[in-house]
Amino acid sequence: MSQKSIQVMQAQDLKKVTTKQHFGAFFGKAGVYLFLILIAVIVLFPFYWMLISSIKSLYEYKLSKPTLWPQQILLANYAEAFTTANLGRLFMNTAYVGIVSTLLSLFITIITAFAFARLQFKGKELLFAALLATMMIPGELFTITNYMTVSTFGWMNTFTALIVPFLVSVFYIYLLRQNFLQIPNELYLAAKVDGTSDWKYLWKVMVPLALPTLISITILKMMGAWNSYIWPRLVANDEAHRLVTNGLRDAFTDISGDTNYSVQMAAVALVSAPLFLVFIFLRKYIMAGVSRSGIKG
Amino acid sequence: MVESKQQWKAWLYLAPAIVLLLIFTVWPIINTVRMSLLENYNGLKAAGGASFNFGFANFEKVVNYRRFGQCMKNTLLLCVITVPISSILALLIAVALHSIKRFQKVLQTIFFLPYVTNSIAIGMVFAAMFNIVGSFLGTDQEIVVTAGIINNIIELFGGTKVNWINYGSTYAANMFVMAVYIIWNALPFKILILLGGLASINKQYYDAAKVDSTPRWRVLTRITVPLLSPMLAYVIITGFIAGFKEYTSIVGIFGEAMGPANDSGRLNTMVGFIYDSLANNNQGRASAAALILFAVILVVTVINLQVSKKRVHY
Amino acid sequence: MKIVLQNLTKIFPSRNKKSDEEVVAVNNFNFEIPDGKLIGLLGPSGCGKSTTLYMISGLQKPSSGKIFFGDDDVTELSTENRGIGLVFQNYALYPHLTVKQNIMFPLQNLKGQDKLDKDTMLKRAYEAAKLVQIEQLLDRKPSELSGGQQQRVAIARALVKMPRVLLLDEPLSNLDARLRLQTREEIRRIQKETGITTVFVTHDQEEAMSISDMIVVMKTGIVQQIGKPQDVYDDPANLFVAKFLGTPPINVFSGRVKNGTLYIGSDAVMDIQPVPDQEVIIGIRPEGFLLDGNGPLKCSLTNVEVMGRDVSIVSTHDASMNPSVRSIINADNKFDVSSEYIRYTIKPHKIFIFNKETEERIYFEVK
Repeated sequence: MSQKSIQVMQAQDLKKVTTKQHFGAFFGKAGVYLFLILIAVIVLFPFYWMLISSIKSLYEYKLSKPTLWPQQILLANYAEAFTTANLGRLFMNTAYVGIVSTLLSLFITIITAFAFARLQFKGKELLFAALLATMMIPGELFTITNYMTVSTFGWMNTFTALIVPFLVSVFYIYLLRQNFLQIPNELYLAAKVDGTSDWKYLWKVMVPLALPTLISITILKMMGAWNSYIWPRLVANDEAHRLVTNGLRDAFTDISGDTNYSVQMAAVALVSAPLFLVFIFLRKYIMAGVSRSGIKG
Repeated sequence: MVESKQQWKAWLYLAPAIVLLLIFTVWPIINTVRMSLLENYNGLKAAGGASFNFGFANFEKVVNYRRFGQCMKNTLLLCVITVPISSILALLIAVALHSIKRFQKVLQTIFFLPYVTNSIAIGMVFAAMFNIVGSFLGTDQEIVVTAGIINNIIELFGGTKVNWINYGSTYAANMFVMAVYIIWNALPFKILILLGGLASINKQYYDAAKVDSTPRWRVLTRITVPLLSPMLAYVIITGFIAGFKEYTSIVGIFGEAMGPANDSGRLNTMVGFIYDSLANNNQGRASAAALILFAVILVVTVINLQVSKKRVHY
Repeated sequence: MKIVLQNLTKIFPSRNKKSDEEVVAVNNFNFEIPDGKLIGLLGPSGCGKSTTLYMISGLQKPSSGKIFFGDDDVTELSTENRGIGLVFQNYALYPHLTVKQNIMFPLQNLKGQDKLDKDTMLKRAYEAAKLVQIEQLLDRKPSELSGGQQQRVAIARALVKMPRVLLLDEPLSNLDARLRLQTREEIRRIQKETGITTVFVTHDQEEAMSISDMIVVMKTGIVQQIGKPQDVYDDPANLFVAKFLGTPPINVFSGRVKNGTLYIGSDAVMDIQPVPDQEVIIGIRPEGFLLDGNGPLKCSLTNVEVMGRDVSIVSTHDASMNPSVRSIINADNKFDVSSEYIRYTIKPHKIFIFNKETEERIYFEVK
């Protein structure tokens, strides 16, 4: 190889290249931002439209030339939405189911993950592999039989039917076990030397160390309760036990009739609000949990 | 002695999970297979002790059922449309996000927002946005004047309004709305995963590419995509799995009718078919359909894994 | 292609947002790298040598100062327009591409009139591979190669586009000791064959000394000395350079000059001029000691290490600033290994004295 091909740039060439390069960098950056902002607008638009419509009067909503900002802010829509959809009752029901199922589920997840991470017993590997294998099966396959089981147990239209069948999540057990395994074994042995019982070690050492994972699980589980639709509709769709998503869909189910869209949008905004609040304050945990899970709700 | 005590204790820790799993996971697997093979089975009548024949009649019935073909077609079509588009879009967004410093966190948060929504609730917002403009008075489903911002925008740019989802709308228009909504919904997760993958690529590959004057497009196709291929494969596989289970987003937009008022059930999916069968008290058909769904997901996943084994580096 | 660095300075803003403390990575670097030479940038970690290299490459922008390739001011030119080859410390070979694809990668980026057809590219890639002697590995993936082979691929990739300047960032640091020796000869050979102006960065003084035409010794962003390796070794500008170069390292003593005599502790080592009376730091190269029963420097003998051709004598001295004094003596010299003391005279050109505060060299003549 020789140096013959090394081309010496002429001074004016150089200036041209430098200018071109500056323009290139500027337009490149500008293009990237333009693209991202465009997508951001598309992503945000439904939220904007929801909020803006929720405070318009029905008359204004139906104007053939839509207004991007309401002429008159009508907060009464929210009050109407709250009563029309019976949101108070729905919120209470959902909160109850969410909190109870999250607490119980956390407890079971913690002790099960601990057994798989720290305790020795026969068939541990096999059992764990079998658990993981069940994750492959779509949930719909379980729903059919569980529906029958729940009705056999006489749990139809009870909160029990909404809580108990989903207490064990193999994925959360897996997630927590991985986290537990990262805690150095020396800590466990040290605790043994000090005469600490397994039970105490679990709650005093391992649970605090795994707190971020537990928070992620809690949020995802709560979001799950808030967003669940199919199962509650099947097993507990009476007034006393109905959850928020079903209530919302049922209250505005007629899409062809003369729906009061403003009120509907207000109801949607009210249902969405708790999720957004949780997201704003606990974004870190949600994103960490989601990036490891890949399941929605 | 200590050994056996440990054994005993471990099972105590596992007991609640195992009991629940036996009832709500293991039994359903066995029972679904059993029911799918029982002909003319009806769970509630079964207590009577009537006898049933074993056979594949349920599967035959499902496959021959007029609605099932439609459900299968809808599901496949939605998968084939939304998974590639949302994956490529997510890749572009993630790469763009990764390349900037200012406003990165803010934009990332915005792009994640659709994830933390109730898909029924926001589906209702989309339905409102895609509503018709004008009056449908005089048809057999009379509609008073309503407004849909999408049609307003189309008319603003001089286009003709489209009947997206209402009475008399076309299948193509319905699918378009569904695809937009599903893509909008699927983006956040994909962006998050791909962004995580991008962050773990050694920056030196990009410096090396810069030294070698590599054009932007070539950096994307020859360096970023191959190095990101494990994450892309993951995103595509999970996208297909989620696509095959599509149901609630359609309920969000079209309601339980799963279609426009003149043709309910037009947009029904495989999961919807299972629930309809269940609601009609036909557990045998539901079970057979669920097993078919499982098989389809399994096959698609295996194909995906095979393809990615060849394409994905590492 | 000569490279000129003019008042080159790089300041990094503080990492800690609360304090305004800035880090001056490179401070006012002036140097003209002659065409076709191999230059070693040498210094301990954090001395600014890598930053200098990255500024030459264009991957980092200087805070002030200018860089010229030949007569062209390239300071504002971005990396991709500079026409350089860069070998990264951990090679940065694309893991999903074969060796051949890796080497061809830069050629495929050429545009316009420089565009090559496929055959030419293959030929060029093969030539480059042959130059670094990896032509039989072209179809492997990087993960199937040893560290030394990966290194060669990286060099081939950098050379294939016939760069104006070749830059190597710690090229040998990821290799084991034996490969290191071999590879540094290889780098020297390739550089000689291609005649491309080459700059490489290392923290290993032996490596830099052995193959460079010139070395640049840096410390905390400031250039300490520039010169031919032997000149810098024989004539260090300050205590840092004297200490940094040479294995085994230079012996350092505290001493003083009084009435034209140089003292180490109470031993009057030699008479020098024209140095005013003062406290000084004295450096003596290990090979600067001569065994002499009547020599002025008296050390307590600790240990003798036989190394074949030479012996290394380890001793102590009260004024030594190191734990021990190490000298290298020809093995033909016979002496009593069991004696308690050992006496030396010092070769005048192997002893350096430095100002105690500034640590700058004080030049003297032997009287």
